This record gives sequence, C-alpha cells and structure tokens, in this order.
Amino acid sequence: MEGRIHSIETSGMVDGPSIRYVIFTQGCLLRCQFCHNPDTWNRTTGEIMSVKSLMEDIKKYLPYMKHSGGGVTVSGGEPLLQLDFLLALFKECKKLGIHTTIDSSGGCYSKSAVFQNTFLELLTYTDLVLVDIKQMDDEKHRKLTGVSNKHILEFAKQLSSLEILVWIRHVLVPGKYTEKDLTDLSSFISTLTNVEKVEILPYHKMGVYKWKELGLTYPLDGVKTPSEQEVTRAKELLNIN
Amino acid sequence: MVTTFEKNEKRGWEEFKQGYWENEVNVRDFIQTNYKVYEGDESFLTNATKATKDLWELVMKLTKEERERGGVYDLDTEIVSTITSHKAGYLNPATEKIVGVQTDIPFKRSMQPYGGIRMAKAALESYGYKLNEKVEKIFSDYRKTHNEGVFDAYTPEMMLARKVGIITGLPDAYGRGRIIGDYRRVALYGVNYLVAVKKEKLASLTGTMTEDVIRLREEIAEQIRALQELKELGNIYSFDISEPAQNASEAFQWLYLGYLAAVKEQNGAAMSLGRVSTFLDIYIERDLENGTLTEKDAQELVDHFVMKLRLVKFARTPEYNELFSGDPTWVTESIGGIGKDGRPLVTKNSFRFLHTLKNLGPAPEPNLTILWSPALPTSFKHFCSKMSIETSSLQYENDEIMRPEFGDDYGIACCVSAMEIGKQMQFFGARANLAKALLYAINGGVDEKANVTVAPGIKPITSEYLDYNEVMNNYDSVLEWLSDLYINTLNIIHFMHDKYSYERIEMALHDKEIMRTMATGIAGLSVVADSLSAIKHAKVKVIRDENGLAVDYEIEGDYPQYGNDDDRVDDIAKDIVIKFSKMLMQHQTYRNSKTTMSILTITSNVVYGKKTGNTPDGRKSGEPFSPGANPLHGRDKKGALASLNSVAKMPYEHSLDGISNTFSIVPKALGKEKDVQKANLSAILDGYSDKQGHHLNINVFDRSTLLDAMEKPEEYPQLTIRVSGYAVNFIKLTREQQIDVINRTFHESM
Repeated sequence: MEGRIHSIETSGMVDGPSIRYVIFTQGCLLRCQFCHNPDTWNRTTGEIMSVKSLMEDIKKYLPYMKHSGGGVTVSGGEPLLQLDFLLALFKECKKLGIHTTIDSSGGCYSKSAVFQNTFLELLTYTDLVLVDIKQMDDEKHRKLTGVSNKHILEFAKQLSSLEILVWIRHVLVPGKYTEKDLTDLSSFISTLTNVEKVEILPYHKMGVYKWKELGLTYPLDGVKTPSEQEVTRAKELLNIN
Repeated sequence: MVTTFEKNEKRGWEEFKQGYWENEVNVRDFIQTNYKVYEGDESFLTNATKATKDLWELVMKLTKEERERGGVYDLDTEIVSTITSHKAGYLNPATEKIVGVQTDIPFKRSMQPYGGIRMAKAALESYGYKLNEKVEKIFSDYRKTHNEGVFDAYTPEMMLARKVGIITGLPDAYGRGRIIGDYRRVALYGVNYLVAVKKEKLASLTGTMTEDVIRLREEIAEQIRALQELKELGNIYSFDISEPAQNASEAFQWLYLGYLAAVKEQNGAAMSLGRVSTFLDIYIERDLENGTLTEKDAQELVDHFVMKLRLVKFARTPEYNELFSGDPTWVTESIGGIGKDGRPLVTKNSFRFLHTLKNLGPAPEPNLTILWSPALPTSFKHFCSKMSIETSSLQYENDEIMRPEFGDDYGIACCVSAMEIGKQMQFFGARANLAKALLYAINGGVDEKANVTVAPGIKPITSEYLDYNEVMNNYDSVLEWLSDLYINTLNIIHFMHDKYSYERIEMALHDKEIMRTMATGIAGLSVVADSLSAIKHAKVKVIRDENGLAVDYEIEGDYPQYGNDDDRVDDIAKDIVIKFSKMLMQHQTYRNSKTTMSILTITSNVVYGKKTGNTPDGRKSGEPFSPGANPLHGRDKKGALASLNSVAKMPYEHSLDGISNTFSIVPKALGKEKDVQKANLSAILDGYSDKQGHHLNINVFDRSTLLDAMEKPEEYPQLTIRVSGYAVNFIKLTREQQIDVINRTFHESM
C-alpha cells in the first residue's frame, strides 16, 4: 500500500500530544485563504511512499515516542483523501503500540458507503482526531475555504457519536471572524461529547512565500497576525483556560 | 602502609558514615556512603540574598568596564603568577562568603609565561600592555618554556602540517589544560594528609632509576611543593587548610582554594572543576541537620562559589581567541548521573547549582554539564529542561554510555572529555582536518591552498569524474600518513609540556598511578561524509586549474546528506570515524597513553573552514565546517530528531573522548505550553540517550534574538548560547563567529 506524501517532520511537537512523527499527505479539497501549505493542495504531485518504508523510518523514532508518550500524526493536505493508505499505516502503527492521530479539516468527509466503510474501520485504529473548524458561518466558510462547512460539522458530530477523542482546532484570522462566530463555535463544541481540548491557532504568515513560489496571489495581503489580546479574547469565548 | 590520622586529631568527620574513605584517599567512597538522593522538585530553592545581588551587580559593572576597555579589564605585566604570587584580592570582603581571585584584584588577568614567553608577551601587547623587561629576559635568556621546547623538536614535516592547517589548534603555544584536579580532596582530607600520602609514595619509588622512575620522583616532589604552597595560599586568605573542612562553608572554601591554586598556575585551555556539587551537599546536609545552616545560607554559599568560578580569566592572544572564541575557561562542573548501585547522584545541591542561572542570571561559566540518564528523577530532568529553555546555558552528556567506561565518579573536562576524577588525565591533542585530508587524496598530497606537497607518496587523481573506490584508496593512504604524523606531533608536545609546564597542583590532587589518554580529535566529519556521499551516489566532476590542481567540483544529481537519518551517508561518516580512530591507535604514544578520539571542533570549525578549499559536497572554499559532529547547517531537512539520530550513530566506543552535537530549536517548536515544552525536551534527551547519542548542547531561542543582540550588544550582557561543548556570552564572539551561529540550523517546524 502506498500513499502520496508531501513531506515528513520527524519531531512535530505541535500537532497532537508530545513528540510526533508527522506525515504531511499531498492533496486537499479546501482552498483556505490563510493556508500555510498551499503546496499540499495538488492531488497529483508529492512523493509516492509505501507503508513499509514509512514504518521502517517511523521505527527509528520509537525511543522519543516511548519517553514522551507521543506517536504518529498524519496531517496534510487532507489525509482522509487517502483512506486506504491511512488504514494500512495505522494498522502497522498499532502493531507497535504507537499512538495514532489524524489532523483533518474533514474536507472530503461524506456519508456515502464507499467513504464510511473504510472510515469506520480506520477509526478503530485511531486514538485522536484533530478537527479543524475554520468558520461556523457557512457563508463565510465558503469565502474563506471555497467550500461549505456542512459536511465538516457532520464529520465532527459523527466522531462525537462514535466517541472518538478529538481536539478542535481553530485558526484565528483577524478581520475574518466576529465574536458571534466564536460563541457559535463554542456552542457547537458544547454539543459534542468527545472533545478533550480546544486549540486556537493564531494566523501566521510563514507560508506566504509558498503562494508566491506557486505563482498564486495571496488573498490575505495586509492581514496582520492576531494580537495577544485578540488571542486571549478568543480563548475566553471558547472557554480555553 | 597507609598513612592515617592520629586518633586525637580534629577531623571534621563527626556524623559522617564511616567507610574506606577514612583510611585512604577515596572521595568516591565518601560520597557513596554519605550522600542523600533528592527526588523532589525545585520548590525548596531560595532567591538571591541582598549580599548576592550587590556582589553580582559589582561583577556586572566590572564586566561592562572590561568590555569598554576592549575585552580586558587589567593585565599583570610584572608578576609571574604562581600559587602564592599575589596578596589577597576581594570583591567585597565584608559580604563575600567564598573568597579568592587569581591576582590581587578581581578581573585583573595574571601573567603565565611557562607555556611560552612569546605568547605571554603577545597577549599583553595585543591589549596595549608591555611586558616587564626583566621577566622577558628571564624567560628568554635563562628559563626555557614549553613552546620553545616543542619547536626545538618539531620536524619540518610537522611545521608544514601545522602551517597549512591539516593539524590545527595544537597546544604547542598555550597550556594544554583538560586535567581535573580532585579539588574535593582538599576539603575532605586537609592538605597535611595529602602531603603525607604523597611523601609515602615518593619514598616507595626506589630501585633502578629508569627515566620513568626519575621523572615520577621529580613530579611527586613538585606535587608536594605545590601542596605546601596551597597551604600558604590558604594563609594569604587567613584560612588554615592543613586540616579537613569542619563545615559546609569551609568545605566550599577549601575546595575553591584548591581550584584557585590550579588557575593561578596554569592557563590551560580548559580548567575544569570536576564533579563537586553532590560532594558538597553532604556537608550542607550535615549543617542543615545541626541547625547551623539554613537553606538560604546554603544557596548563598553556592551562589558565591559559582560567582567566583565566573570570574576566572586568562590572558590570551587574538589567534587563540579565533580558535576558542568568547573568552572560555571551561570551568566544567558535572552534575547528576547514576551510581553503580542504581541510585541517582542527584542531591538538593544539584538543583542549587542550576538555580545560580536564575539567582545570578545566565552565564557561560561554569560550564554546567548534566550527566543525563532516563533513570534520573523526573523532577530533576524537568528542572534541567526548564533551565535550558530559559537560559540555553546547559549541556547534556549521556551517563548511560559513559558510566560503563568511566564508573560513577567521572567528570567532564572541557566539553565532552570524560575522565575518572583524580585517577585519569589526558594529553589534549586538538584535531586533524579530515576534510582537507580528503582534498589531499584527490590532489596527490598537494595542499589546495598553499600549493605545496604536504603528504608524500600520494598519486593525484586525474579522471574527469571522481570514482568512489579510487578516492577511498587514496584517502586511506593520506589518513595513514596523517595518523602517524599527528600522534608523533602530540608526543613531542606532551613531552615538552610535562617538562616545562607541569601541572603540579592538579597532579598533586591525583593518585600516583594514573591512566593517561592521548586525546586526538577530528574536524570536518560532515563535510567528508557528504563529499564521499556525493562521489558515491551522484556524479562529481572535477574542475582543475592550469597546473592540474583540483580547485572546484560540480555535482550532477542529488545525493543523501548527513543529518537526515539516512544510512547511505551516515554509514560513511561512521566508517570514517572507526577507520581513523583505529589508525591512530596503531602508533606508539608518549608515556604509553591510551589513544582516544573526539569529534569536537569547539569554535575552530570557522578557522578550519577558512583554511580549506572547495570540497566535493558543494561547500565553498573558506566556508565554515559544521561544529563537532553536527550536520552541515541547512542540510538536515527532516527535522530535529532525524538530525539527532544521524549524529547518534557515530560510535562512542571509537570516539571515547566525546562526540559533540549542538542543537538549536525555537521555543514554540517544543510545544505550545510551558509544561509541555519541558516534558518534550526531557523526552528528546531520553530518546537521544536510548539512541546512544553522547553529547547535546541545547539552545532554545529565536534567531531574531541573536540578530538583535548583534545590533545592540549592550542590551544583552548575559545572553548565553551553547556553541560546541561550551557556552559563550554571545556578544563576546567575533563577528564571524556570530554569523556562523546565526546561520546554523534552527529547528522550527510548526
């Protein structure tokens, strides 16, 4: 089994608990204006890597995972675009007792049987899902990401009903949200029963250069990174201590 | 027959648990029978007292003046420094709990001409001082120095190798250092007992007077003389240190006087302290129990002791500063580790020593070195990680791989050199430039910069594209030649150092039978590994000048680079380490010392790079090498842990003098919350230990901080960073070194 991979980070410490081997998959359906990895959008590029070779590499980092309680995170791009690969990879991880995490925006989530069959099996090998909710207002969501948020919220709800542990993550982009958007997000989160943690990811500009390299126009030119007060206020509204 | 104390002598040993240590010099046994493991957290620590704050303020004021005066506050031009050469000097005798400075005034650097009068003079002149004519005459006309001795014996080939920089940084013009006196002995036994033991040893050296026996008799006689002078140094500061220390305050003071005697007489490149904190904790614990000392007093003793260690300074030449930038003294103190019985050697004093980074602020000295093991108490591990995150002032070395080699009472000399305290010393050997050696393999022994034949009998490679096997065959021949020349050069240096600049007080605090190592080193490992990888896995075309000398290389295709946990290249690096260290071991060494090797450059990676031409990995002529065993900056692309894993593959058993790795990470990349950052850093160290990695310097800061400090040095008087086996005050680095540090890889995955 093979996957289409954008890149590997051997020491991720911000995508899930503790020290993680992070696999960034290639391909995404969303076109978020603040995306810092637009080079992961294209579904036809990246490097084809086998589960076997990835596992060989992952094994080299077991001591760090063991001592920290970390594991493997598959991020993207959108990892759920490669369900079969993910399933095969996590099966192998579980053989070694490795903690598994998916970092997803649910962009390709669907209730179709084709998706659900593999997805449900995958969840039995998944310890944690990082669910990125970009915006509660559907209109604004379409503008910000190019797609509706309906199926993404469905994604979060299904994970809740299946009692899969999740962290909700929200990118805070100044000028692209109101306080009401955040309280709505907070209300939505309170309907979920499986949320271990809520994280604010302050918008940053470290990926801007990639847009230029790809010949794309950066849509958020002139948008500043959020101030400390803005972040603190957002945390208050989302009940983050 | 063992010398023992008289029954009625006042020993200061009341309440200590008895053991072998009472009847022989055996500090390890004293520690093992008496220390109290501390597994709690840092909440017991106390803040700096008013006296501490005032004294430190004075030190910072003097530091500022020193900087304004061009890097030196004052230099002694008149008095040759000996153990007893100067009258007492103080910061403020009314409030200092630990006293003693190298000359009669703090910050005034002493004159030490035994290593070489030319160097002593040059050091003075480079700061606008003039050497006393009489002293100059004595050491030029009547008294030979180490430096002169070495150059009398050097062969033309050695002179050439030194000049072109295939072997560089040799201690032929400065003190070799890297000898740790067991300064704890002064406190535990008092000087009289130590003299008596030495006298006994001297008396036992009879029979046939071979050169070895004669030399040892003379050395021990010198050691006895030095110990008597040490007592006199005590008197100068109004202490009678002939008898054992009676309490914690005396134990700190006695021990410090032992160390002070050493730095008054030797300006060795590294004047390390050993492993004293847990030893001293035993005295503190006794006083705390007796009610004669409070926790606040204990911390004050530690703070004032450490303050003194931060004041150690030497007069050095600009050339020396280029090699070892930032005025380092390597007052290395080793903290933690696990005993042979499995008990951690962590005490409250381990915490107190680290806490000085808060009470006095961050500083490069003493070079605080954590002997790391995953088995250390979690609270201590997290405290270390916290201090690293806050101060970037700590280095870590893997106790799990050192303990089997050196036992549980070893200390680190300089940066990464482990040695059993009081039982082992080393002949420091700087390093050979293996990247330049590779260019010799291509150019038939001709130096690419000087355009002269340095390595004889090597056929140049003439093909357009480099062939891996052909290069390796030639490289083997060059390395064989180099290992022979290198060891012979070191033999001369250390023969002369013993003869003209013998470390009498440091060796007086050693056993009679000691293990000596011939500590060689290599530089340019990552450049060699990447070059050979390029030759093997890509195509490397040679660009030659009109004389046929290879001067540049064109790489066609990609090749695996060291630092990405890729065996295809990491194995090449590993093989080079094993190969060269085995070659070195075949040569006869001075005093039958055991040959060891290090992968450590200190800051000389910049100088080495300057002296080395274009290399087949794509590195341009003059560009710095990576420090120590680090991957070349920017080439480790798979994240911090992949980079660590590559370095961890270098085999410690073939590089027992240490494998240095310097690691820089931005705080945010360690995690989002403070507690998480701490835990993650501890886990990185645990994992690196499991991976058999040896040494790790840890820097936690953003590149922007360094750029700002370059602009406004006055705002960063205490900004400390780890470079290669030691820490420096960033603003004291040369501009070149600062840029090198800023260009290094900062792991910042987000």
